[in-house]
This record gives sequence, C-alpha cells and structure tokens, in this order.
Amino acid sequence: MRFAVIVFPGSNCDLDMYHAVKDELGAEVEYVWHDETSLEGFDGVLLPGGFSYGDYLRTGAIARFSPIMKAVVEAAEAGKPVLGVCNGFQILLEAGLLPGAMRRNQNLKFICRPVTLVVENNETLFSNGYQNGEEITVPVAHGEGNYYCDEATLAQLKENNQIVFTYKDNINGSVDSIAGITNEAGNVLGMMPHPERAVDSLLGSADGLTLFKSILTHWRERHAITS
Amino acid sequence: MQLLHEPSPQQIKDLRVYAEMGVTDEEFALVEKIMGRLPNYTELGLFSVMWSEHCSYKNSKVLLKKFPTDGPKVLQGPGEGAGIIDIGDEQAVVFKIESHNHPSAIEPYQGAATGVGGIIRDIFSMGARPVAILNSLRFGELTKPRVKFLFEEVVAGIAGYGNCIGIPTVGGEIQFDPCYEGNPLVNAMCVGLIDHKDIQKGQAKGVGNSVIYVGASTGRDGIHGATFASEELSEASEAKRPAVQVGDPFMEKLLLEACLEVVKNDALVGIQDMGAAGLTSSSAEMASKAGSGIEMDLDKVPQREKGMTPYEMMLSESQERMLLVVEKGREQEIIDLFEHWDLHATVVGKVTDDKRLRLLHKGEVVADVPVDSLAEDAPVYHKPSAEPAYYREFQQQGSYRPAVTDMKDTLHNLLKQPTIASKEWVYDQYDYMVRTNTVVAPGSDAAVLRIRGTEKAVAMTTDCNSRYLYLDPYVGGQLAIAEASRNLVCSGAKPLGVTDCLNYGNPERPEIFWQLEKSTDGLSDACRVLETPVIGGNVSLYNERSGVAVYPTPVIGMVGLVDHVDHITRQQFQQAGDLIYVVGEAGEDFGGSELQKLMEAGKVFGQPPAFDIQVEKRRQEQVLHAIQEGTVSSAHDLAEGGFLVALAECTFGTAFGASVKLTGSDQLTEFFSETPSRYIITVSKENREQFEKFVPDAILVGEVTEEPTLQVQDNQGNVVLEENIEILEDTWRGAIACLLKSKV
Repeated sequence: MRFAVIVFPGSNCDLDMYHAVKDELGAEVEYVWHDETSLEGFDGVLLPGGFSYGDYLRTGAIARFSPIMKAVVEAAEAGKPVLGVCNGFQILLEAGLLPGAMRRNQNLKFICRPVTLVVENNETLFSNGYQNGEEITVPVAHGEGNYYCDEATLAQLKENNQIVFTYKDNINGSVDSIAGITNEAGNVLGMMPHPERAVDSLLGSADGLTLFKSILTHWRERHAITS
Repeated sequence: MQLLHEPSPQQIKDLRVYAEMGVTDEEFALVEKIMGRLPNYTELGLFSVMWSEHCSYKNSKVLLKKFPTDGPKVLQGPGEGAGIIDIGDEQAVVFKIESHNHPSAIEPYQGAATGVGGIIRDIFSMGARPVAILNSLRFGELTKPRVKFLFEEVVAGIAGYGNCIGIPTVGGEIQFDPCYEGNPLVNAMCVGLIDHKDIQKGQAKGVGNSVIYVGASTGRDGIHGATFASEELSEASEAKRPAVQVGDPFMEKLLLEACLEVVKNDALVGIQDMGAAGLTSSSAEMASKAGSGIEMDLDKVPQREKGMTPYEMMLSESQERMLLVVEKGREQEIIDLFEHWDLHATVVGKVTDDKRLRLLHKGEVVADVPVDSLAEDAPVYHKPSAEPAYYREFQQQGSYRPAVTDMKDTLHNLLKQPTIASKEWVYDQYDYMVRTNTVVAPGSDAAVLRIRGTEKAVAMTTDCNSRYLYLDPYVGGQLAIAEASRNLVCSGAKPLGVTDCLNYGNPERPEIFWQLEKSTDGLSDACRVLETPVIGGNVSLYNERSGVAVYPTPVIGMVGLVDHVDHITRQQFQQAGDLIYVVGEAGEDFGGSELQKLMEAGKVFGQPPAFDIQVEKRRQEQVLHAIQEGTVSSAHDLAEGGFLVALAECTFGTAFGASVKLTGSDQLTEFFSETPSRYIITVSKENREQFEKFVPDAILVGEVTEEPTLQVQDNQGNVVLEENIEILEDTWRGAIACLLKSKV
C-alpha cells in the first residue's frame, strides 16, 4: 500500500506522518507537494498537521484552494482512505469533505498534551483494530480544535455512526466531545489528536499505530478480494 | 548624497547629532579618524549600530575573554551565528541563547515571538536543522496586573511562533522576583543538529561573487538609531511606528526549509541571518570575517514601503531575512531553489577585494566605510568596578535561619510559590512534541530528545538562580553552571557545553560592572572545572527601570549527550519499593533560598549556599556513572525549596508516595535548606549494592510507596510530617493558574 503525505507551505507534521507510515507501519510513503495535481498511484492520502499558509485567515481556509486539493477530493470520491489530522482535519472541513467547522479552543489557548480518547466506532477502515469503548492515549496540539456542528448535523453524525473518537475529558469545548469524524461513506477521517505522534512507546504511547495498521488491514483485505 | 531631512556631516559634528545615536564624543572622533573625513548620516548610522553594546560587546568583551571556549569536541566557538559541538558519527549539535528583553517589556507578544524567530535563524544559518527551543523567563510578582499581562503575552508569543514554525518548545525555566517587574527577561535558546559536512560559515569570500538577499522585504520596523530625533523623519506619523518588529513564523518556516536545501548546494559560499542591525551587521561581518569587501545597490533591496532612505534600510530590523553569498554565475540555481518555496531571492551586491562596505543608492555612493572598522574596531572599554555596599553588608551577616513553626504549612506554601509551582499552565501552550523526538517533555530536570536513526539522545536545559548571584556573583555564577550541569546529569547526559545569556543592569554603574566581573569569574571557573566550554551567547545590559536593576542573571543554556536512549532518566519515581537516596548532606543554607524569600516578604540577603566545585564534579561523575550502569530508576536535582519540595516533585505525575526517615537532627535544615550538589535518587532493591558502590555519598533515607502519601519520620522514628500526595499536587499544579485568576 502506498501513501501520499500532502505538504502545504506551513505543514509541520508532514515528517511525523511520513516516519509513522514508513518506519513504524512499514508501508510505502511519499511526500506530495501542494502544487501537484495528481494522486495517481497512491492508495491512501494523509493530510498532516501544521499551519498551512500560516493559517492567518482561518485554519485551512487557504490550503483548500491548493491545486492538489482537487486530486484529494477525487481520491475521497473514489473511496480511497483520506486521513486529515489537526490542520489536515481543518482543511477537510474547509474543503467540504467533512461536515462542521472549528472554533478556537474554549480556553482560548493552544493546548498540547497527551489526552485520553474513547473509540466510539471500530467499524471504520481507520479503527478496525480498536475495541469499541477502548480508551487510548494520543496527543493533541492545537489552538482551534473546538469542533462545532448544528444539531441536525450532529444527529446525522450519530445516525450514520460517523463519530469515531471522542475526548474522555472534553478539553476544548467540542460538541459532544467529538475528536474525530468520518464522512458518510466512512473513507474520510478527520481528527484533531495526532495518531502519528503515538506510534513509539519511547515517546509515551504507541496507541496511534493501531489506526495506521487498521488502514493497512482494510486495504489488504480489499486487495485480496479484488485480486 | 545628502537627503533633505538628514543633517549634513558638518551639522552632525556641530550639533552633536551622533550623541542621539548613542555615539560618544571620543567615539565620534575615532570615526572621523578612521574615515579620514566627517561621516555622513548613513555612515554614522552604520558605526552607531555596529559599535553598540549589542553588536560589539564593547563593555563586556574584556570579561567574555575569560570564558574557556575550547575543548576537544568544539567545532565552532563564539563568533559565528551559533557554536557547534561534535557528538560523534559525523554529527554535531548547534546551539545558542539570546535575549529579547526590551522589546518584550514594551510589546510582550511580538517581543517574545521575534526573540524565538531570531534565535532559530541563528541556528539554521549555520546549516543546522533546528530541533528544539527552550526559554528562560523572569517576571515580577504575579500578583500585579501588569506582570500577569506580560507573563501571559510572553508565553503566548513564544507559543505562537514556535508552534507555527513547527519546532518543539521542550523546556525552560521561570523565576518571579520583584526586581524584574519593570524589566522582564525573555531569553530564547535554540538547539539544532547538523552533519559535519553541512556546516556553514557566514563569510563573504571570492571577489566577484554575488550577494543575495532573501526573505521578507525591508520595512521601517525596528529601526532604532536609539533616540534618533523624530523631527528628522519625514512625517510625524512615521515616527510613531512601534519600534518592535512583528514576526511572521510562516515566512520563517519557508525560509528555514529553503535555506536547509540551499546549504546542500555548493554554489553557496556564505550565509548569515539579518538579526540585530540587519543588513549592516550581516554584510559587514561576512566581509570582515572573509577579509573582503561588499558593494551593495540599495535600490535592489526589496522594500516594504516607498521612499526608504539608505539609513533606514541599513538599520531596519525587519524579521525573517537572510543574506547569502553565492558563486558568480550560479545565482539562478539558488534563486530557483528559493522560488520552489515561494520566496524571492534577489542579487543586491557583490564581493569586492577592497575591504570596504560600499553602498549605492539611486546611482550614487551613499556610504563607503572600511568593513573591519565596523565589525572589529569598536572601542573596548573596561568600565570602573566597585564592590556594592549591599554586598559588604551581606557578607558581614551571620548565618540566616528562618523561624518556621509549621513544617507542613511551609511545604504547601513553598509548592505554591510560582517559581517552584508546576509550569504546566505554560508548557501546555507549547507544542513540545512536533517532529516526534521528545522523549522527556517539559516538567523534568532537563528535556531529552532522541536522535532519529541512532541510539543517542541530546539533553538540554536552561538555568540560573539569580538570587544567589545577587548575594554573591562569584559563587552564584558557579552555582548557575553547576545546576545546569547537574540537571543534565540527572537526565542521563554528559554535559557538553554552554551558551550563556548575560542579563545585567547598566554597566556604567560601577557596582553593576562589579557584578558582571565577579559573576563571569564564577562562570568561567566552573566551566573550566566541569569541562563545559562556552561556545556562544549574548549579552544584554541596561536591564533597569526607574533605577532598579535586575538581579545579575547569566542564564545558562547547556546541552548534553546521552550515549544510549536506555540511559534516559526522569525525576519521577518509577516503581513502588524502590529505595530513596539523598546524595550529599544538607548544611544550614538559607541565604537566597525560596524559603527566605517566602518568610522575609520577598527579600533575600546574607550569603548564598556554600559551594565546593570539586565536590560537585565528583558527584556528577558518580551519578552519571551509576545511571549509565543501569542502577538508577529516577534522579532529581535538589534545588529551590530544598529536600521536601524535591521529594514531593518526584511523586507528582506518578501514582506513588514516599516514606522517608531523617538522618540528622536539624529538621528545618533537612527539610528546606538549599545546599547544592545534592540529588534525590531512587534505586531498585536489586541494584542497591552496586549503586552504593558507585555513589559513596548517597544516604539511604526511605522507600517509594504504593500509598500516595508523603510520610517523614525524624531520626527517632516519630512521624513528623504526613500529607496526602494528591493535596500537595493540587496545590503545586494549580498555583500559577490560581494567581492569574485572582483579582488581588
């Protein structure tokens, strides 16, 4: 399986994503520059964290107009796994690939710390290696991770089982403690916590590695059926 | 050429315009002699800024010479953007600390942010990848609204810049003392890694080579011809523009990535950050170091505003700019590399052989100055020094002993002191994990980062207890080096070298110069004994407001090498049943202590703790050996607040408690004395024998317990203190947030 890590000007977790996939998961991975237009030959797309274009206007607001985003949308529509972490999640929201929006953290400050997440839905291609209700430790590092959606959208998210992770303690004020959601089809996941920072127990937690393994497991199963 | 609103050379002399730029009569006469004529306004501007203390160290040079700067592993000592130390395997560590005190006092967010931005540029201009940021902050008491504002904004500024550029802020230290109320200290340190082959120098070699400017365009921000009279500027509104620069971490992120690509290209000859004194210092220093000259056409300098004068362009301190020297004929390769990152690089000049800095503007020569006279020939002063009256008084005082009645209350009160209390409120706002190498995060004695692809790790810390330096600058200077070094040892690292940021008051006052003199003696002596050379740093003088000088505060940034990640050690207890040792005995050392400050309404006096550098060295070697041999579970330096505070800190963030029995009979001293060169170390029972052999000064005092309680018995076995760890931890963890919220 071959992953693309999209690099926007101002991305800064691209390296961590790359290493998580290459060194810890052991899959193929390449950086794809924001002004490329094709993602052909990639089986999965990773949008890393950072401050794309400085995020001076609104997080992700400029990045979503990058040339590569058209290819990201196509990959999502083609059913390929698309994971957006932190700034990547914010970009997916701006691009309309996921519902809702981000507000500044409730305490109006950047928050960086390991947090406990609860796995709400393990029937996605991103979470099949977890147990429902399992508590995992994954770090957050964001200033605008306070997820918001209206009640109708929330009801839809719940009905379609789109909420994959919630915070055990709601650190930033997110609606229903939401930490990560998928699109309706389940192949696009956006999450504020950083699974790529939790792939090596030397740094405190390897709980995020299961997420990457889940993607690979899913791909292998699918690949085995189709070939 | 003379611009209409600029005074003529004759007017400069007759009206003593130079005095407004901080140039003395003698210095002006020297400039005239060097030039062989009267300097014009732009030329005088170049001298004034290059001969300022900030660029020339003219008041501190005589003292800085004392520092040991050499060692078998030093690849680059002071003189370049940052110092470099070999860590084996063709890799090296690059680090430097710098102050941004005055900007932060006026505009704390941007002042702190641009301080971070500047120190990062110093590291990547050496060709190194910045891997970590640290800081050292000093504020007045957190009870004052203005201090709260400064504190919150400085932290936000550091976070804003570091988080955006994606370099983890992994450590630091903060002290609160009334002397910093009007003049906070904001020191930022950056650590980078480099392969030996990529080391760059800021040199303008090769006649005919091109001088290239890249990064943000030049604006009128940060021009401070110090007290340059406002009426001489063209419009009154222009004069009101804030002197503090505004940072753009996004621009710097692009610049960082682009420069690290450019340094791999052999068309690059030299590269330097445009920091203090911007274009002037970068061009003059690069030429002077290479024994060459530079000619620049200022019309080609990218400008943010219309009608900028040569003086303004040369003295602007706009952020996120770099100056490069590139092989003639290969400019386009470099320009294209920057273009990939959406950065515009422009050829602005060329290297010459006449050792002069020549500036052209609108087709005319507007300045023509010998480069060495700017970069090397600033006058050097040895200011008069006088022992202050307070010091004589302190020396005559007898040993101080605080009148403590309730030990438990005192422990709580100490844990609540913001200097001791948890800094979680601060580092929660810093992304300390990005780039995923941070093994030991903020909250232990030192931060530790693994070096990807190796078994090694680097440990880093900033330290300085300025109260000790105030009481006795010589001993205090030694203690600052010793504490930094001890913190690295506790994390399992061998200390490699030092970068220092010397923050003092006005050196023209003899008693301040005396502090500088004595403390640099102490620092130098300690560095020699502990074999930690000083490879670079920064001097920040004139830290005073309304006649109140800050305590002498030479902040020590130190980096060490951990041979194997298995040696990485934390201050937190690791398992119940481990034996608790204290290394070193407590003496009656309360002068300058946190307890003295607490008991004496914020005042410190008397003498700092007695210190023996040889004991310090011996214990550091023993403890490090014990760690490297795998016999140590946790290690913590015993510092502000003394034994009980340190013991409590070892339990915080764990599920454990501690049960200890005092060995001596003087409870107060055993509990709260700040006798240096001491550690709290835990050892698993099976390692007991080996550990005791390695560290003969270790005294067994108790055991890590399953029960989260802190229990202390006197030497007779009576329980003299018992407290729930959770209660202590709440006090400690919540203290800063609580102070910030309180309206009083």
